[in-house]
Amino acid sequence: MSMINYASREINCKLVYYGPGLGGRTTNIELIYGKVAPDTRGKMVSLATETERTLFFDFLPVDLGTIRGFKTRFHLYTVPGQVYYNASRKLILKGVDGVVFVADSQLERSEANVESMQNLYDNMAEYGYDLTKIPFVIQYNKRDLPNAAPIEQLQEQLNPGWPVEDLAKQQETPDPYHPGEMLIEQVDGMWIERAPYFESVAVTGDGVFETLKALAKVVLKTLS
Amino acid sequence: MPGAATWSLDEGDYQRISEHLNELLKESNARCALLVDRAGQLLASVGEQMQFDPTAFASLTAADFSANDQLAQMLGEPEFASLFHQGEKESMYLADVARRVILVVLFDDRTTVGMVRLRVKQTVSDLAAVFEEMFSRSASDDLGTQKGGLLDGADDEIDKLFGD
Repeated sequence: MSMINYASREINCKLVYYGPGLGGRTTNIELIYGKVAPDTRGKMVSLATETERTLFFDFLPVDLGTIRGFKTRFHLYTVPGQVYYNASRKLILKGVDGVVFVADSQLERSEANVESMQNLYDNMAEYGYDLTKIPFVIQYNKRDLPNAAPIEQLQEQLNPGWPVEDLAKQQETPDPYHPGEMLIEQVDGMWIERAPYFESVAVTGDGVFETLKALAKVVLKTLS
Repeated sequence: MPGAATWSLDEGDYQRISEHLNELLKESNARCALLVDRAGQLLASVGEQMQFDPTAFASLTAADFSANDQLAQMLGEPEFASLFHQGEKESMYLADVARRVILVVLFDDRTTVGMVRLRVKQTVSDLAAVFEEMFSRSASDDLGTQKGGLLDGADDEIDKLFGD
């Protein structure tokens, strides 16, 4: 639920990093915390277990610049990955403006990715939110590992596309981040749309800011 | 509804909210009062300057309230309309406003929980009226031509902000 505060001249938006356990959501947030200028970020809060696994959420507010005299404040949240924390995971989605799905590229995590994606759809639906209509990007993390699945395979499993029913949107739309690829295209006579995707190695920072910026941009554009 | 709605808080709203909160502080003798939306964003705060990060505090407040909402439902209650956290010196009282916003009151031994609870009741009803009006205004803006407003035609500026 983005909120425009004319009194403090701020636009506040909530972004949630979703995905399977140990996929790298917290690493994304920690890296952003470490890299942005201290005066553009707030305090980072982590509600974690003793073994540093996210119990409830991690939270980091960052300012990504000023538009028309208004500070753009993004509140980044991660959710716990373990299946049994679903109750708290769902709570974090309340009022979400944009979602990053952080997938673990390792072949053996394929089932966990699919399960988490299904869980994301289900939890969003319970709030009456439609994932195909809100700003949504996918990050394929851990691309540096030797057992990382090929991107084509991950795309097929996690981002096969959803039907585009709106006639006005039924036109080929190139993927600005991957030349030669399409975000909206006709496949076997049917128009489908896919979420933008990014490859990352969150521990080194590769792809982390690209993902954040892409999502933040779409969120702001939905307000314009 | 495809996603969460957008709404705005203008200077007039902020002033009306602050007046109600100041009134509450005066009558209850509490230290400070904050308003947080259910998504965890701080909307307003009045009273003594606190020694904590207000943004982090707001996100934890919303999470606290949401978690307790779920506990209430497990008990067969529609909600816990208010929560009380008691500390040795400092305590906090949280109350729901119109199912959209949370009023948080911080107080110490200069007052009692009974007094805070009593005064909060009136403030909640005053604030509920303000928020109902604000949300109905946002909803009608969405239906009308003013949608977005502030960022209308700002696409280029947004692209520039992100270095494209």
